[in-house]
Amino acid sequence: MHDITKVYGQGEAEVRAVDGISLTVEPGEYVAIMGASGSGKSTVMNIIGALDVATSGTYKIDGVDIGDLDDDALSLVRNRRIGFIFQAFNLIPRMSAAVNVELPLMYRGVRRSERRRRALDALAKVGLADRSHHQPNELSGGQQQRVAVARALAMEPSLMLADEPTGNLDSRSTADVLDLLDEIHAEGKTIVIITHEDDVAERAGRVVTLRDGKVESDVLAAAR
Amino acid sequence: MIFIEALRSGWQAILANRLRSILTTLGIMIGVAAVIILVAFGQGASNSVTSSIQSLGSNLLYVTPENPNRDGEIVNPSVQELTVDDAIALNDPVRAPDIAGAAPERRTAVTCTSEDRSHSTQIVGTWPSFFSINNSPVSAGAYFSNADELSARRITVIGSTVAESLFPESDPLGRQIACNGVPFTVVGVQAEKGGAFANPDDVVIAPLSAVENSITGYGEVSAISVQASSSETTDEAEEQAIAILDERHGTTEGTRDFEVFNQASLLDTANTALGIFTALLGAVGAISLLVGGIGITNIMLVSVTERTREIGIRKAIGASRRFILLQFLLEATVLSLFGATAGLGLALLVAQVEIAGISPSVVPVSVVGAYVISVAIGLFFGSYPAKRAASLRPIEALRHE
Ligand SMILES: Nc1ncnc2c1ncn2[C@@H]1O[C@H](COP(=O)(O)OP(=O)(O)OP(=O)(O)O)[C@@H](O)[C@H]1O
Ligand SMILES: [Mg+2]
Repeated sequence: MHDITKVYGQGEAEVRAVDGISLTVEPGEYVAIMGASGSGKSTVMNIIGALDVATSGTYKIDGVDIGDLDDDALSLVRNRRIGFIFQAFNLIPRMSAAVNVELPLMYRGVRRSERRRRALDALAKVGLADRSHHQPNELSGGQQQRVAVARALAMEPSLMLADEPTGNLDSRSTADVLDLLDEIHAEGKTIVIITHEDDVAERAGRVVTLRDGKVESDVLAAAR
Repeated sequence: MIFIEALRSGWQAILANRLRSILTTLGIMIGVAAVIILVAFGQGASNSVTSSIQSLGSNLLYVTPENPNRDGEIVNPSVQELTVDDAIALNDPVRAPDIAGAAPERRTAVTCTSEDRSHSTQIVGTWPSFFSINNSPVSAGAYFSNADELSARRITVIGSTVAESLFPESDPLGRQIACNGVPFTVVGVQAEKGGAFANPDDVVIAPLSAVENSITGYGEVSAISVQASSSETTDEAEEQAIAILDERHGTTEGTRDFEVFNQASLLDTANTALGIFTALLGAVGAISLLVGGIGITNIMLVSVTERTREIGIRKAIGASRRFILLQFLLEATVLSLFGATAGLGLALLVAQVEIAGISPSVVPVSVVGAYVISVAIGLFFGSYPAKRAASLRPIEALRHE
């Protein structure tokens, strides 16, 4: 990520949500992004996750430049390389946990039996094997977020992104989800997580702090 | 592959919103049912008119006297009436090779009575060939013969309406009836003809000579029925009949004192008129199908708005534009196909019922057409909402509450 800028609005109403950020995340890193509300964390995250495109600057995932991709190609990048975990869970209502987890694999063209197997594996990994037929509204917040983690897991992404994944959870569920992320990291996955909480950031190997759309500090845990 | 997955996703969405799906389906159902039923109704009307015209004899020509009028002014005051000799002349196989037979008819209103009942009807004095010319078999008894005509026997073949009226409980064969006081013996009952126009079963048929002798006296006849050799030669037979009668009456196109009705051309005219009628009915149905289609657009748009967040999630985890587009298009198409099937079921059910004496006849083309059109409607009216859904930007869609 080099010299990324994101501008919302025009003229008087112009907001530079992200203002010239350069950032490189190595494979296998566990990075926490912190900063005050409105500092541009989510905006950066959306660009990293190929959900949004920067106004200027270049961004590459695994050497692929995202800037010149069209809508469908961005979908493909999200589908193949990125697992997203949202603060608001973002499961699809009225569809069972298993189907929710299967969904990204379906878009990838994985056979039905195969993706069912992988979905159940992923649900087992987050400890929800017995809830695979439940719909999101039949699950607690913590369980829903674990389903969302399972969905990201099943995709086997090279990059796992989490925007305040524990923002809507109690301390017990927070611990569950963070433990899962630790496990995933231990398996060699790259994780970028946004958080307001210091104890969440403590688990990461690197903490990037943003302020007004700029990087304020970038600290390796080893240096703390 | 992507097709099947998109179909499955669309199907899940349909099931997830059952009530809305059913309501959408209802619009298409009513439209399809309307098209099929209305066309079937038009076809039924057409069938009934066709069969009643055909029951009169499809190769029948009917010659009647006609006072030629020009702008209300009588051109030829000394009009010659049709005569028995005219009928004899039409039976000339050399001059009229395409005429299979011609029989004079002398009709008059009479009141006929049995022992205890009375019935006002029409008596037809004619030749025995009348029955074959008019395609009128007897359902019981026999026709009268040439010998009966020669000897002016007072025997009669009665129409089924007369038979029911005069002999409701008993067998009319061999019984006596009196028409205007003249006794006739019933020798046959004409098979029921039915028809949409004047009731052809309310008639008493007797030898011409007997009717002339005892009821009407001699003179001009009311009409001559002429049978063409086949239904393909009715036009030729008509020309030959006109030529012969023109010569006998000394008339031409403008002064002609008779008129020839051609059942075949009457049938053509009726069919054309009924075809327009059926097409109009179909158009009314098509409009309701169109309204159903707009209903699909409407509901799909609501659905897209309501599911904006879901679409955002799907895109965030990698659904392509194409997939979303396909899913929504298939959703609309499946809904309209279900509507079409339900509509077909409803139409087939309603088509069992006879309405205003017309039994609807379902036209296969209208069934196939309604299906094809409803798929087209699904694709057409589903495409705008589907495009809207497909082009939603994922972050904006995700922010949507
Ligand atoms: N769609 C948008 N249109 C206009 N301005 C926006 C939009 N999205 C974000 N912004 C602005 O960009 C800036 C950064 O927003 P962002 O959501 O990245 O903050 P954040 O660090 O994630 O905050 P929080 O901790 O509250 O989630 C804010 O000032 C915000 O008002
Ligand atoms: Mg945020």
